Amino acid sequence: MAILETQGLTYVYSEGSPFQKTAVDHVDLKIDEGEMVGVMGHTGSGKSTLIQHFNGLLKPTLGKVLLDGEDIWADKKNIRDVRFKVGLVFQYPEYQIFEETVFKDIAFGPKNMGLDEAEIRKRVLETAHDIGLGEELLERSPFELSGGQKRRVAIAGVMAMNPKVLILDEPTAGLDPAGRDKILGHIKAYHKRRKNTILIVSHSMEDIAGFADKILVMNKAKLFCYDDTEKVFARAEEIADIGLDVPQITKVFIGLKKQGLDFGKDVYTMEYAKKLLLKKLAEKGGTKNC
Amino acid sequence: MLRDITIGQYFPGNSLIHRLDPRFKIVITFIYIMMLFTGDHIVCLSVGAVFTAAAIILSQIPFKMFVKSVKPLMPFLILTAALNLLFISSGDVYFHWKFIKITSEGINVSVFMLIRITLLIMGSSLLTYTTSPITLTDAIERLLSPLKKLKVPVHELAMMMSIALRFIPTLIEETEKIMAAQKARGAEIDSGSFMTRAKNMVAILVPLFISAFRRADELATAMECRCYRGGEGRTRLRQLCSAPRDYAALAVTILFYGGAAALGIVLK
Ligand SMILES: Nc1ncnc2c1ncn2[C@@H]1O[C@H](COP(=O)(O)OP(=O)(O)O)[C@@H](O)[C@H]1O
Ligand SMILES: [Mg+2]
Repeated sequence: MAILETQGLTYVYSEGSPFQKTAVDHVDLKIDEGEMVGVMGHTGSGKSTLIQHFNGLLKPTLGKVLLDGEDIWADKKNIRDVRFKVGLVFQYPEYQIFEETVFKDIAFGPKNMGLDEAEIRKRVLETAHDIGLGEELLERSPFELSGGQKRRVAIAGVMAMNPKVLILDEPTAGLDPAGRDKILGHIKAYHKRRKNTILIVSHSMEDIAGFADKILVMNKAKLFCYDDTEKVFARAEEIADIGLDVPQITKVFIGLKKQGLDFGKDVYTMEYAKKLLLKKLAEKGGTKNC
Repeated sequence: MLRDITIGQYFPGNSLIHRLDPRFKIVITFIYIMMLFTGDHIVCLSVGAVFTAAAIILSQIPFKMFVKSVKPLMPFLILTAALNLLFISSGDVYFHWKFIKITSEGINVSVFMLIRITLLIMGSSLLTYTTSPITLTDAIERLLSPLKKLKVPVHELAMMMSIALRFIPTLIEETEKIMAAQKARGAEIDSGSFMTRAKNMVAILVPLFISAFRRADELATAMECRCYRGGEGRTRLRQLCSAPRDYAALAVTILFYGGAAALGIVLK
């Protein structure tokens, strides 16, 4: 059953002013429970606007958002519960940090949920572990930490609410490759353990390729496609047409196909490419296991 | 919400009002304010109202935006009107209860003040709606430049003002982002008891101050990197130059002012 669903979701910024802008245009979607979804699209395609509807931060201009089959705006009083069920980590979340210690900052969300001290403590320790923050950091001031660590503190602040759906808006923006891999690795591990639904926004295919079950592509405020990762990558050329970069390795394989070397499959991770190539080489009678 | 605050907002356009020399626009706005405050008769005010309406139409900016400019000050307006209504006790009495009297004079004054302040806000919004903050401060600097002789740091003041104006929208945007982020963590900002709301303000103000200081620091560095060292000997990219239409606009404004003042004297 779909945990999140949108029906004709439309959002217009500054309606009626000279700056009017339709940022999300009639989007229909169904996201199933437990899936890891990559949300992609060019800058300004409406990704951030779309995801802010899922936890009720933005109210649709038109259309509906259903969580567990219920319209989240049916009763305005319940909107705060929706925010606990659907955790949203904004882009550059480190700018929302405000407490004196890392522990207190991660505890802010759980505290707002009205949990008791013991439960809060348990959740903070658990999430800090999940996201790879050592216990010795918890009593430090978050403002003394490195950029990547701050980002993880902020992500932990949302994860600690144990949301059924966790949404991260460009969690790797502005990080160095090592910091990026670290965060993505932790998110992946968290997903494996909790089995909750995760949406990751990114404009880099490379980020998403290896680990999303499904990919949602936004283009100019419209839903371009939403499908299994392989099926989306099978449309690599179309995706390149709307200005998104497919992974480097996919490009290489598209090139090979044009040259007449067809593997019959779409390739978007290094490991898979290696496997295919080695197999091909073996068939041709080259040396095995190089 | 916060975006409803339109102070310092600029709507690019190419109307007659947009093209007026900003120095003239500032002077015209001052005369306009004087126009609204001459005479205590509703007829004098209607001259101001006609002038405002004409200027708004000429500016080609939707009237809705002017309604928006008044909105944030509505509570203040209503309070003033209510106080005038309840506590002015001269004139015919329509309603009397304990110390509260509603009188003809009270109604007149409160309606009058309401219209006057609304016009004042709309007219001054027109100035910022049609003039980019940078040209506006340029113009202020030029208008105040005689004060340089008295060692008033006019350039520095104008620079501070343009930086402040420039950062209003940025800070509003930043505040909205931080508010959204804290709401996503369940902070009650629009609802909840006064104490929780006050506590949650900390969650917004701390990040906001940190980012404002960070921005100030970055801006200062960027200015130094470009060898900024004050107004001495600086030339301008945009020269302000006045055209016949500027003088015509000024003349029309003075005419309206004279009309309002004359009516005020006649109707006394
Ligand atoms: N607060 C806002 N007010 C007005 N327009 C906005 C606002 N936020 C975003 N937009 C506009 O909406 C469009 C979609 O933006 P966004 O959802 O942030 O895209 P993305 O996250 O895919 O980069 C953009 O054209 C952007 O300029
Ligand atoms: Mg975005």
